[in-house]
Amino acid sequence: MAEEVLLFGVWASPYSRRVELALKLKGVDYKYIEEDLTNKSPLLLKYNPIHKKIPVLVHNGKPIVESQVIQYIDEIWQGYPILPKDPYERAIARFWAKFIDDKCLPGAFKAYLGEEKEREKAVEETWEALKILEEELKEKRFFGGESIGMVDIVANAIAFWLGVFEEASGVKLLTREKFPKLTNWSHEFVSSIVVKECLPPREKLIAYFRNRFGGANASK
Amino acid sequence: MADEVVLLDFWPSMFGMRVRIALAEKGIKYQYKEEDLRHKSELLLKMNPVHKQIPLLIHNGKPVCESLIIVQYIDEVWNHKSPLLPSDPYQRAHARFWADFVDRKVYGVGRKLWATKGEEQEAAKKEFLEIYKTLESELGEKPYFGGETFGFVDLSFVTFYSWFYVYENFGKFSMEAEFPQIVAWVKRCMQKESIANTLPDQKKIYEFVLELKKIFGLE
Repeated sequence: MAEEVLLFGVWASPYSRRVELALKLKGVDYKYIEEDLTNKSPLLLKYNPIHKKIPVLVHNGKPIVESQVIQYIDEIWQGYPILPKDPYERAIARFWAKFIDDKCLPGAFKAYLGEEKEREKAVEETWEALKILEEELKEKRFFGGESIGMVDIVANAIAFWLGVFEEASGVKLLTREKFPKLTNWSHEFVSSIVVKECLPPREKLIAYFRNRFGGANASK
Repeated sequence: MADEVVLLDFWPSMFGMRVRIALAEKGIKYQYKEEDLRHKSELLLKMNPVHKQIPLLIHNGKPVCESLIIVQYIDEVWNHKSPLLPSDPYQRAHARFWADFVDRKVYGVGRKLWATKGEEQEAAKKEFLEIYKTLESELGEKPYFGGETFGFVDLSFVTFYSWFYVYENFGKFSMEAEFPQIVAWVKRCMQKESIANTLPDQKKIYEFVLELKKIFGLE
C-alpha cells in the first residue's frame, strides 16, 4: 500500500512550518492542506478533537498532533537524524524544545499581539528567556551542532517570525547587541536551502502581520 | 563503573513521584535528596539553573530536568526491563500526547481548586470535572491508559491520586461518584508495588496543603 502523508497547516504559522521542515529533511512526500482557522474543516476537527488546532499530520489515516509530530517523524522515517541518538543528548534536546515552546514563544507573541498593557512585561520576560537560550547556543553553528536538529526546528519562529514582527511593527526584540549568537544563528538557519523552502514568503508575512497589528506602523 | 543516580525531589510533588515510580519499576538504586523549596540547595541551583525546580535526576554527574523528560530518559537508558513507553512510534506519539495533556491541564486546575475561593473556585471545579471526564473517556474500557499494561500515560496521571482527597475536600465532590472508571483504574495501579510504595498517603498531602494555605495566607 502506498504511504499517505497529509499535513493540515496554516501558511503563516511557524508551528505548521516546523512540521514541513521535518518532513523535508527526511525527504518525505506529503500532501499539504491549508486550513482556515476561522472556519475549521470537519477533517481537522475529526483528527484533533481535543485541541482543534493545527498542525496535524495524518499518516496512513492516523493523526498525530502537537509537539509529538516532530519526534514521530524522526522515529518513523530513517535518514536525516532530527534528534540525537544518545539518550542524554536527547533529553537535553527535549528540554530546550520545551523551553522554547513554554518560555520564549508565548512571551514573544504576547509582546506583539497581546494586550497593550501586557506588552512591556512580555518583552522583559522574552528577553530573559532569549538570554538563557543565547547562552545555551554557545559557539555552536546550530543548536543541533553542525547540522539542524529538533531544537533549531522548534526555534524557527525566533529565526524568522521575530524579524517579520519587527518589520511589521517597528518594535525590535531580537537585537544584535543583546543577542549576537542568536542573531548569527538566525541568519545561518534561514539561509539553509531546506529551511528556505519551509518559510512563508517574507513580504506577504510582513503584510499579514502589519494588518494584524492594526496598521499602526503601516508606511505603505 | 557503577551508575550513580541521585534524585532531588519534594515528597508531595506529583511530578517527583513519576520519577520515583519509574526508578522503582526499573529496579534502579538511587540516592534520594529531599529539597526544601523555600531554601533550595546549592546542588539544585547549580544543576538546574534555568528552572531551579524539582524533580531533578543526576546520572553520573549529569543533570536531567522535567519529569516527563526524565522518565523518557530513564526508559531509554535502562531499557532492559519494564518498558514505560510503547515500542510502536504511533502508540508512542499517542502516549506523549496524553501525558502532555495531563501536564498542561491536570495540575493547574487541581491547584486552583484548593487555592481559590468563591466564583474562581466554582469555575475551577467546573473545569476540573470536564478535564477528568475527558481523561475518563480516553481510558474507556481499557484496564490502563496504555492498554493491557501500565504505561507512560498511566505514570503521568496516577501520581495525582495522592491529591484526590484534597480535590474532593475543597471541591466538595466524590471522585468515586463522578469518575468511577478513573477510581477503578487507580485501584488497579495501586496493586503495583512500585506505585503503592511511592505514593504518599492522601491524608498527609491534605495536611501539607492546609499548612501551605496557612503559610501563603490562602485560607
